[in-house]
Amino acid sequence: MQATSTLDRPPAPPEASSRTWRKAFHDISAGARQRQLWAHLGWQDIKQRYRRSVIGPLWITISMGMTVTALGILYSQLFDQNLAEHLPYLAVGFIVWGFVSGCLNDGTEVFIQNEGLMKHLPAPLSVHILRLVWRQTLLFAHNLVIYFIVLAIFWMPITWTALMAIPALLLIMASGAWVALLFGIVSTRFRDIPPVVGSLMQLIFFMTPIVWNADILEEKGGNMSIAKLNPLFHYIEIIRDPLLGENLVMTNWIVVGCITLAGWALALFVLRNYRARVTYWI
Amino acid sequence: MVSIDVWNAAVDFPIFDAKSRSLKKAVLGKTGGKIGTESKVPIIEALHDINLSFRHGDRIALVGHNGAGKSTLLRLLSGIYEPTRGSARIEGKVAPVFDLGVGMDPEISGYENIIIRGLFLGMNRRQMEKRMDDIAEFTELGDYLAMPLRTYSTGMRVRLALGVVTSIDPEILLLDEGIGAVDADFLDKAKERLHELVKRSGMLVFASHSDEFLVELCNTALWLDKGGIKEEGSLRDVLTHYKGKDPFKNLNPQTLARIGASDSAAPIGSNEDS
Repeated sequence: MQATSTLDRPPAPPEASSRTWRKAFHDISAGARQRQLWAHLGWQDIKQRYRRSVIGPLWITISMGMTVTALGILYSQLFDQNLAEHLPYLAVGFIVWGFVSGCLNDGTEVFIQNEGLMKHLPAPLSVHILRLVWRQTLLFAHNLVIYFIVLAIFWMPITWTALMAIPALLLIMASGAWVALLFGIVSTRFRDIPPVVGSLMQLIFFMTPIVWNADILEEKGGNMSIAKLNPLFHYIEIIRDPLLGENLVMTNWIVVGCITLAGWALALFVLRNYRARVTYWI
Repeated sequence: MVSIDVWNAAVDFPIFDAKSRSLKKAVLGKTGGKIGTESKVPIIEALHDINLSFRHGDRIALVGHNGAGKSTLLRLLSGIYEPTRGSARIEGKVAPVFDLGVGMDPEISGYENIIIRGLFLGMNRRQMEKRMDDIAEFTELGDYLAMPLRTYSTGMRVRLALGVVTSIDPEILLLDEGIGAVDADFLDKAKERLHELVKRSGMLVFASHSDEFLVELCNTALWLDKGGIKEEGSLRDVLTHYKGKDPFKNLNPQTLARIGASDSAAPIGSNEDS
């Protein structure tokens, strides 16, 4: 049972742990370098959904447009709001919510759904994360068309603060990545997480000022902490304020910045410890 | 330098049954104290005590019964599984061809699938486009490459997958059974290309149940049994012990000459393995 080439082989290295920071960071940098791969796959995901349909991905924009119009008209009457104010508010809120909830919901399934790929083609975990965030960004871009249409219809003035939506979007993307990474890894081990997150997101949607305005709550003497203790409220606000030409609120940015940093720290820790386990768990 | 070294590696799969795979047990288990159900997650030892050393030019056949660990070992070598114990060092560009249905999108064209597979193997889009003519010629798929992959037969998919991996100059080629779906003519062509590739740049590890393929493609063999290495040595020796008969006996002289086995066609009474 002696292999012919065992003689000249190097001595066994000390047992190499797969739980090192170096390997975790290497996973991320290797994934980032495969930009063409995840960009292609992310776009493919969208095209796939609308294959052989005549207007294709434009359906994303149309369905968002219909939802926003219908809900905007309904809720502006329910809450006695000016349509010209409430519809843009609701539209931007909906668009951002789409991105945030997409990252969370798809994030829990990111590795489970790619089981086949992951077991047959070696690739860094971060490739799947980047693909997801890129797909959500593309969906966001499709939906953003609605914002510009609303802008044109209501003849809203655009100010320089609108540019602050760009760093806001980058912050939200960075958060989407850690959320997908963390929830993706944990969900492969504990399969209850995806349904739990799914149903919680539905609840949070109603608790977050998207179809209703936080100002109404304040006017009616409601408890503002309902909105402010909700981290997703701050995420939506940092991008909604600049897009609607309103003043930026520092607190929102600080909260989002802190959550992004803390989330990444946690996600990196989980990546370091369980990166190599993911293919065993799926 | 292309090399694969594996030291005392093991691959253990935890098997979570429906209950232990939920949060309930992890959360309640800690607070609930020692109730009889506290047994650990059962583990399947898919591979154990694996020691390997492959070098440039090696063409290794993986043989063994179903469930012996062939596919798991290939995944270990490709880096998909990191060993749960022991260590593995793989140096070189790995190109795996495992299940042919996976990693291919049936709804998009063969052409697009080639690009995606290439991207997965570390190429970029431009490099793949440059190789497209070569792949189209090798696979003989021609205009079919513009058709969605769902219209392809199994053999055509094998051709496509082989076309991609052989075009990108991989250093370590890992093939799982399943490439048997191609016809004899194509196999000849593929064999030539694979030989050339191994000679030029690296090594080949091929898991199969087909003596015919193994004899054509490999020179050494590794016999896996119940997750461990049972025997390692020349292809003829290992296959003879594994099958209980010499597979080279039934080959006609032309084949023997072609695979360069005629010089080693001496009777194998004296075994080299200890």
